[in-house]
Amino acid sequence: MCKHHHPLSCDTPAQALYAQGGFTRRRFLSHSLSLMSAAATVPAFLMHAGDALAQDTTMRLSSTPGSVDGRVLVVVQLSGGNDGLNTVVPVADDAYHHARPQLGLTTQQVLDLPGIDGIGLHPELGPLQELVQEGLAGIVQGVGYPNPNRSHFTSMDIWNSADPSGRNNHGWIGQALDPTYDPAQSGLDCISIGNAAPLATLGKHIQPVNFEHAYLFRYAGRDLAESVNDTYDAVHHAPPETAQDPLAFINRTALDAQVASQKVRQAVAGESNTPWPKSTLANQLKMVARMIRAELPTRVYYVTMGGFDTHAGQKGKHQSLMKQFGLAMQAFYNELDATGNRNRVVSLAFSEFGRRVQQNASGGTDHGCAGPCFVFGDAIQPGLIGKHPSLTQLNDGDLIHHIDFRSVYTDLLENWMKLDPIQALGQRYPSAGVFKAKA
Amino acid sequence: MPFSLSPLPPRQFDHAAARHLLWRVGYGGTPQDIAHLVKLGLDAAVDHLMAYPPLDPAAAIPSHLDPNIIRIRTDEEKKRFKKARSEGDQATLDAARTMRIEARKVDRQMFEQLQQWWLQHMIATSRPFEERLTFFWHGHFATSQRSVGDAYLMYAQNHTMRQKGRGPFIDLLTAMIHDPAMLKYLNNDRNVVGKPNENLARELMELFTLGVGHYTEQDIKETARALTGHAVHDNDFQFRPRKHDDGDKNILGETGPFDGKTVALLLAQRPACAHFIALKLYDHFVADVGDVDNQVPDDHRPAIDAFAQILRDEQMRIGPALQRLFKSQHFYSSKIVGQKIKSPIQLVVNTVRSLSTPLRQMKHLLPALRKMGQLPFEPPSVDGWNSGRTWINTSTLLVRQNYIAYLTAGLAVTRKMKPGDVPYRPTALLAHLNNPTPQVAADALIDHALGSHVSAARRAPLHALAQTLLADGLHDEPLSHFIAALTATPEYQLC
Repeated sequence: MCKHHHPLSCDTPAQALYAQGGFTRRRFLSHSLSLMSAAATVPAFLMHAGDALAQDTTMRLSSTPGSVDGRVLVVVQLSGGNDGLNTVVPVADDAYHHARPQLGLTTQQVLDLPGIDGIGLHPELGPLQELVQEGLAGIVQGVGYPNPNRSHFTSMDIWNSADPSGRNNHGWIGQALDPTYDPAQSGLDCISIGNAAPLATLGKHIQPVNFEHAYLFRYAGRDLAESVNDTYDAVHHAPPETAQDPLAFINRTALDAQVASQKVRQAVAGESNTPWPKSTLANQLKMVARMIRAELPTRVYYVTMGGFDTHAGQKGKHQSLMKQFGLAMQAFYNELDATGNRNRVVSLAFSEFGRRVQQNASGGTDHGCAGPCFVFGDAIQPGLIGKHPSLTQLNDGDLIHHIDFRSVYTDLLENWMKLDPIQALGQRYPSAGVFKAKA
Repeated sequence: MPFSLSPLPPRQFDHAAARHLLWRVGYGGTPQDIAHLVKLGLDAAVDHLMAYPPLDPAAAIPSHLDPNIIRIRTDEEKKRFKKARSEGDQATLDAARTMRIEARKVDRQMFEQLQQWWLQHMIATSRPFEERLTFFWHGHFATSQRSVGDAYLMYAQNHTMRQKGRGPFIDLLTAMIHDPAMLKYLNNDRNVVGKPNENLARELMELFTLGVGHYTEQDIKETARALTGHAVHDNDFQFRPRKHDDGDKNILGETGPFDGKTVALLLAQRPACAHFIALKLYDHFVADVGDVDNQVPDDHRPAIDAFAQILRDEQMRIGPALQRLFKSQHFYSSKIVGQKIKSPIQLVVNTVRSLSTPLRQMKHLLPALRKMGQLPFEPPSVDGWNSGRTWINTSTLLVRQNYIAYLTAGLAVTRKMKPGDVPYRPTALLAHLNNPTPQVAADALIDHALGSHVSAARRAPLHALAQTLLADGLHDEPLSHFIAALTATPEYQLC
């Protein structure tokens, strides 16, 4: 069914993928089986896929909807330092209006949250308001960590590694997934979309698949000439003489990459069930939704939206950011709902810090400390979680956090992913109350 | 009989050995470069690569680098801003803020140029070993612009490593304890008497000299005291006597009023230090054994122990010790040759230097290296980069293969990538052959790009490709396609 140049090739050109339409698990399995019969060295996990089919079970290849095994975590990194105070707005607080004579939002402008007085959402966050009303979105207020760092890089590294000392080369997600690492598996445990794999996703064993666009996630040299394409496959399917040396390791990784590439591109190539807005974040989440629909064995997806560093002329920029963020998250959950996957996906959106309480003279705000996180999904506690940080008790002009970000991670890992939070965070943190009762 | 790093018999220094030397000690080279080394013979070839005058005029401060972009405030500015603060003069305070933000922006641009400068220098240099060694020290005394935020200080540190990299370890170590970028990176500005900050002291023992297990927490506390008062003023080291703790410290069983210089001396003399530096150099130049002593594979231990002994015999002079390592039989043995995974920078620089590809559009290089996981002046942490298999996963392998396809065949991976104006003329790589058949040409390119140790079975698909692509003659375009396929083999990731 793949129109290969070479009988062993596992690469389908992009156009052919689109022509095939949506990806199904059965289609992939039959593909991999035909591949297995032809190839001398198939990636180990594909052999398992074959076994799985023979036993009429799919547990090796995909996560099963509805079980813990099928649960997915999506992380949305809002880079640059989102202005939390103008996102979740304490409109009833005089100190807010005093600190933000021009940038401040009024009671008339902000959007109400059910049952909440004195705090409203940015006027462009209508989609988020609707998600809260539907019980699908929660806002964890005043999240941060002790001795906050106001450098983008350092603070983002701290959030990614869950380690304020900056000595950790590994991330909270990678380390949480490390105990589940199985070299015979697909290597698709974690997928990140962006220009490089974020620190959060790097484990000691777990390595994320990273790409900017699914169509770039393949060996491009195949397009040079048919003979080059064939040689690439022939070289990689002729096993090196020994199994353990670095040559065999690289060869095996190349084969894994081909299969992962095929799976990811096939998953992403389908059509969406629901309409999507046009934005970078929406495009990324659209790919994620398709990969979730295709039941890739991926447990964590990581996407990034930039532009939150609003030092000057914040008003218009922040409006547009809020709009993109809200619309993309709503479209994501609409699509998940339409494909029957809503109950197995929980999402977290965070930023490396909030911004100063006091606006600056350039119509913007400078780097601050604590800020809100956003959580999404059927299982989460909708509405506001925790209390809004005080605007009068400040640390050097900055908000003081009530909830450590590692408490938020603890809930996501322990209650949702059923992974050991201590493995990822080094110690136990109290729950942030992200989930309803027992998730 | 104890393992020794005895010299390779001179007659065994053939083309394959010379290639190995150039690939490991430098960033590869052309067939002519290899032939030149063979002609020199082992001793002269190693000396040729490692002996050069102390200062490289080609590595002088890049013209774009302004040392005063990130600077401290003048007395006049301090006075003015203090006045503005007390008077609530918001306009002046905002002007100061804008100035600071502008300066950071300029610094970021300078920094990107600095990264490109170093990569371009690696590609163009006539002293490739200097770059390999400087990069080794950069990973060892890892310091990142991400925290330092001052491109000039990053360059200044690079210059110091360049100058002192081959010399006695104590000189470089002392310089690093007094290096402004390092002091900023590890917050030693905040290490003052009465309130010691242990960051630098800890890394000094754990990552720079002894390795885990050769010191106690108390040693770290005492060493932190020795480093109090080491601060940065503008672009220079500044010793602040009033912030320095001049009392006695007890470090590793020795008592005295230690300061930066004497503590460096104490650490550099420890046998554990020689062993740790030997392990790290071995990991960088010889085999992917990692830098954690108790995880080193047993079959490499005798060589590392022997090399540590050589380092001690040479009084920790790095250049002479490495010279003996690079002349040793062990260095050329079959379990070493072609068994090491290229770092991303090695992969790219080696491709341009050994296959004479154009660099194409430089602007695509930094984003590609970021995806591969290695950017100069941005190590992931103070622990530097991990070597070996950590470079290769399903994502990075495709990025590596695709970037090499861009260099060799001009293949644009994204729509934005353009092949550039300089055409690739790979026929020059075969200039030394007289009218070769496709198979002979293929073997010559395999020997050159992958190594002559590649087996006949592994060559077969490439021979077949040569028969197809090169049937109409050895022209630049089909040859560049052949080289693209050649460099997409697993062997090409190794050296």
